[in-house]
Amino acid sequence: MSHPEPLVGGVGDPANVLLRDVRALDPREGLDTRRDISVRDGRIAELGEPGGLEPAAAQETIEGRGRLIAMPAFFDPHVHLRTPGQEHKEDLETGTRAAAAGGYAGVIAMPNTDPVLDSAPLLGSLREAAARRARIPVGFLAAITRGLQGEQLTEMAELTERGALGFTDDGKPVASAGVLRKALQYQRLCGGVLALHEEDPTLSRGGAMHEGSISAALGIAGIPPVAESTMVARDAMLAGYEDGRVHFMHLSSAGSVQAVAEAKRRGVRASTEVSPHHLLLTHEDVRTLDTRMKMHPPLTEESDRQALIEGLRDGTIDCVATDHAPHARDEKEVPFEQAPMGTTGLETAFAALHTGLVVPGVLPLATLVERMTAGAALFGLPVARLAAGERASIAVADLDARWVAGEHAWESRSENCCFAGRGLQGRVLGTIAAGTVAHRDRALALVEA
Amino acid sequence: MNHLLSIEDLDRAAIERIVSQAERFAEVSDREIKKVPALRGRMVLNLFYEASTRTRSSFELAAKRLSADVVNFAASGSSVEKGESLKDTVLTLGAHKPDAIVLRTPWVGASELVSRWCPAAIVNAGDGKHEHPTQALLDVYTLKRRLGQIDGAEIWIVGDVAHSRVARSDILAFQRMGARVTVVGPPTLIPRGIEQLGCEVRYTLDELERADVVYALRMQRERMNEAWVPSLREYAAWYQINGRRLGAGQILMHPGPVNRGVELSGEVVDSPQAVITAQVEAGVVVRMAVLYELLAGSAGSAGERGAEEPAREGELLAARQGRQP
Repeated sequence: MSHPEPLVGGVGDPANVLLRDVRALDPREGLDTRRDISVRDGRIAELGEPGGLEPAAAQETIEGRGRLIAMPAFFDPHVHLRTPGQEHKEDLETGTRAAAAGGYAGVIAMPNTDPVLDSAPLLGSLREAAARRARIPVGFLAAITRGLQGEQLTEMAELTERGALGFTDDGKPVASAGVLRKALQYQRLCGGVLALHEEDPTLSRGGAMHEGSISAALGIAGIPPVAESTMVARDAMLAGYEDGRVHFMHLSSAGSVQAVAEAKRRGVRASTEVSPHHLLLTHEDVRTLDTRMKMHPPLTEESDRQALIEGLRDGTIDCVATDHAPHARDEKEVPFEQAPMGTTGLETAFAALHTGLVVPGVLPLATLVERMTAGAALFGLPVARLAAGERASIAVADLDARWVAGEHAWESRSENCCFAGRGLQGRVLGTIAAGTVAHRDRALALVEA
Repeated sequence: MNHLLSIEDLDRAAIERIVSQAERFAEVSDREIKKVPALRGRMVLNLFYEASTRTRSSFELAAKRLSADVVNFAASGSSVEKGESLKDTVLTLGAHKPDAIVLRTPWVGASELVSRWCPAAIVNAGDGKHEHPTQALLDVYTLKRRLGQIDGAEIWIVGDVAHSRVARSDILAFQRMGARVTVVGPPTLIPRGIEQLGCEVRYTLDELERADVVYALRMQRERMNEAWVPSLREYAAWYQINGRRLGAGQILMHPGPVNRGVELSGEVVDSPQAVITAQVEAGVVVRMAVLYELLAGSAGSAGERGAEEPAREGELLAARQGRQP
């Protein structure tokens, strides 16, 4: 089966930049030292001793002075760009601008759009639009079932031929084990990854937050964590039986981490992701009924959060994914139970995780960078590296910069960020994505030569 | 006190202040002319998103006895059915400059949201399954009149706790007044984690004789369709308060309207232990006291909780995550 270019977009001129005296950190290269990094015509030309390289003609210099860090740019396998149909929340341009501002050089967009991305012609037109408008490269997952109805498979083989990286009914589970089994069987023909939103609707029905002491006190119907973990266990069994390739999305509970760990031990071809909000917040944060804290799966308990952190540290959880889910202000400015699920996350992911996990010494920075870039490989895509000859995908950050999330306004069209108003340490200042300068903060210009 | 949003916001002193004021108003209700001029020229807006005859008319009567002007706005048959959001409705009605808005909605936290959008004093008359604070205040008032004091009383709340805003407000209010609260009901209708509110949880009426007060909740018939319990018959067999179970010295309460033959047998509704009509009567004087406290009382007086919550803005996330291993 022939495959088109998996990612599209990343408009701009090839980058010609000399990053002088930056801390170059790339866990896959075993690199964590001060370096000059020369990017010419969009490729990493060479890495030299700090202060050792001189700018070539037409190459701009960014002075790191040992204060800035350069990392392989991040990859987010789970974002909602809301196109087509919900462009009042986000579109291909604003969503990828937000991603670039967060240090990302690639994202995968979810198909729960309006109409649902469940046919090859729609995928073709979306990819054309992304090629013209996306600030960084974008890949697409198509729906597993038509209209996300959970009944009839989409034309998965044709969709794969037209560039779908895989399939998901994200936002909804594939409730029927029989339907999911057929998708797993069909995967032998079409390949790709089946990305699964795990939730047993008979357990979660009507729920608006995690089931526990806070939901009991507030009188809000709760979603029990077993709504997720039982489905992870079920689908890991199915995937093992059919030797399918599955990716469990946005894990939120200790039971799910355990189910994934066990599936991996059995040799099931499974990978998984966790969001910054599930790593940093709990259902206690929902007590004030701030609708930015309403997401799916819901924020869970401290013990779940600790299990997710441990899973991320030991590799049971392969990568960080934001589940960036923009909603318009008036859609979120309603009573909690009426509000739509989701928080934006692309612009705060690195800073929030650096602040909440790296600064207090819970997770090494190198591990965080590894997990924020690993998503690409899970979908068969090359992972960004700080190595000569590579097409440049580099995130430049100031790890000491303190800022308040939202104070610089948002690149996203929406502002429903669960970290808004919180003090953060560490800020992405510039992003080179697939060889082009995708983001440059004004603060970065200040340190230019 | 600027608003009455939840019992959670009130300490014991605030509850006692409202109850004492209600006792003073009770004397007015016994007069031939049941009206005082305390709120003359003030406007009370009843904004009800759920059907309610009892609570709404109780508030209406309370406002009228204080000589306030009352406007009733029911969400059905209004702009709400044309898709207007809660915020837009409140901003529109707020243009009439009500001094107080009495709000009932099916949504948790709606009254608190409205208090941020509108300068009027907000009285929560029920927000989803969260709280119904004036019901709890009238329950405290009724019990205090019967018992003299609530300290040390053993109160059992029986029935569908999961779907009851009355239960949540009463658990908090009774405990603030020094009572010990036990909730009893079918395991499917006792929410996981409710014991964090400080109450004890039981699944049978065994040892009901330990209770000084039995507070039965309304068992809604629509719960049957959702299969929360196998049948009303089985529910009644296990949880109905009847003459066989209710002791002569126990007080029986119910927020109304009663399903005779389901949560209560007909005989106990009519028994001397039942204070159900006294609760209804208390509703008016307690709601008078609440409106008086908000509109004529000492605004911003002591006794409110939650107002001093520290600002989250700018707090370093790292500081919050200090509980790491």
